[in-house]
Amino acid sequence: MNSLRTSVPVIQVSGIRKTYGRTVAVDEVSFEVNDGEIFGLIGPNGAGKTTTMECIEGIRKPDRGSISVLGLDPFRQVYKLQERIGVQLQQAQLQKRIKVWEAVDLWASLYRKKSIDGERLLEQLGLVDKRDAWFMNLSGGQKQRLFIALALINDPEVVFLDELTTGLDPQARRAIWELVRGIRERGKTVFLTTHLMEEAERLCDRVAIIEHGRIIDIDTPQRLVDRHCPERIVALATADPAAEERFGAIPQVESVVRSDLQFTIRGRGEDFVTEVIHCLSENRIRVTDFRMIVPNLEDVFLKLTGHSIRD
Amino acid sequence: MMLRGLWKLTWIEIKVFMREPLGAFGTIGFPVLVFLVVGRAAGRNVAAPSLAASGFLRVGLPVLASLLIAVSSVLSLVTIISIYREGGILKRLRATPLRPQTILSAQVIVKLMLTAATLGLMVLAGKRYYPISVHVPLFGFTIALLISTLSILSVGFLIASIVPTARFAQPIGAAILYPMIAVSGLFTPVNSMPPVLQAVARVLPMTYAVSLMEGIWKGDAWWPHMGDVAALAVVFVICTALSAKVFRWE
Repeated sequence: MNSLRTSVPVIQVSGIRKTYGRTVAVDEVSFEVNDGEIFGLIGPNGAGKTTTMECIEGIRKPDRGSISVLGLDPFRQVYKLQERIGVQLQQAQLQKRIKVWEAVDLWASLYRKKSIDGERLLEQLGLVDKRDAWFMNLSGGQKQRLFIALALINDPEVVFLDELTTGLDPQARRAIWELVRGIRERGKTVFLTTHLMEEAERLCDRVAIIEHGRIIDIDTPQRLVDRHCPERIVALATADPAAEERFGAIPQVESVVRSDLQFTIRGRGEDFVTEVIHCLSENRIRVTDFRMIVPNLEDVFLKLTGHSIRD
Repeated sequence: MMLRGLWKLTWIEIKVFMREPLGAFGTIGFPVLVFLVVGRAAGRNVAAPSLAASGFLRVGLPVLASLLIAVSSVLSLVTIISIYREGGILKRLRATPLRPQTILSAQVIVKLMLTAATLGLMVLAGKRYYPISVHVPLFGFTIALLISTLSILSVGFLIASIVPTARFAQPIGAAILYPMIAVSGLFTPVNSMPPVLQAVARVLPMTYAVSLMEGIWKGDAWWPHMGDVAALAVVFVICTALSAKVFRWE
């Protein structure tokens, strides 16, 4: 994330709109993706993530607006573009009885430029002992790893990953995240969509939040949190009868909510947590529990849209 | 370059098809079985072969079996296309530099090869088990069958373009294709059908396929059948053009 970088963005989307009949899937969507970053388009199901991604991949044509990927028009120069990008589609399948190595071998034959070593790729993705297995007999995580392999076979400059970890168990999910970071380390740009805020937070350099087909905000996860959810929360438990009054007296504190012995203290500013700790020690308040609740993208989403991403 | 992709995809499709538990038997075995079972039954019933029975054994049944070969190839194509569409396989293949026509051509080539292979099997089985020996210009007949299949495949493509889900693909395809055989002139000459059926028969590819295959089987030259070939080509062009318009990739 070098702010001095002057190179042209890898992906430029400006003002695209796409409707299906009367439904507006995507409207006035604009953003840029920089070279070498992991960019995430996040939002609930049906927000327009896949439509946006498929317009950028050249699979769909937007009704309005313009897109440029690696300097190419994705719709008019789709074959040129497909040589240089790697794609993983949401909920895609392969032939039930195609073997892992056959799929990799087929994909390798489809590109004009020399593909990378398929066997090594299978090794890196932990699929070597599955190379003779049929697609239908792979687990969800193995299928996704195969799709990653297919997306990387042509050594692409930009990799598109649509809802890569949906339906995977947490362990498989973490393994996939590691792989995606590995893709960035090879100097490639990654564009992904997800409705998992944790995934976006852990993986993405920058995210765009999309809802009802419109982009609400774009930034690094940290800056989004700082901008939209500057408040910090300390949750603690104490039996000290004077505690409530003392906490209320701290200048940075905005609210103190008490439920039995449990306190939830909200405040903002850099010094808030320090001040709370200071108050505890100064007044010798004994606590039996002390936790900081740091807002995350989930909270940002809630704040911006008024509902949770899972609703 | 694209030829390499076409060849690879075709080869993989053949392998995938052969791995299917019922795929090979259902498509290859069924027409051959019909040919042999009906052939033996008919052969046994006519101790002193009447002219009609012998005509049926000599021409009718082999052509019927060949037509069944074509139809089961087409049904298999319709099913595969709709399964691939439903599973997102078509879309996934399309997101590569493969041209759409390459993806679909591979399927057609597989089905044509399958048709030829089944015909070969039928001829071999016929030599051994068929009640009477039949001599035909085999190369010419293979070509006639492939031309017919290609034309019927284009009808299959049109069906595959419109069927809503994979579950309906096979029954809808069967419901359209099998009745076409009934009015193809194979059982009753087209000229002796009621006028309405005659009109129907004249627009269906099966009718020309039967006329072409019967003719070549009996040893006719090609030129009197150029009308049949032309009709099959017209059906192919129309259906292909229509499917190109309405084909859904997902």
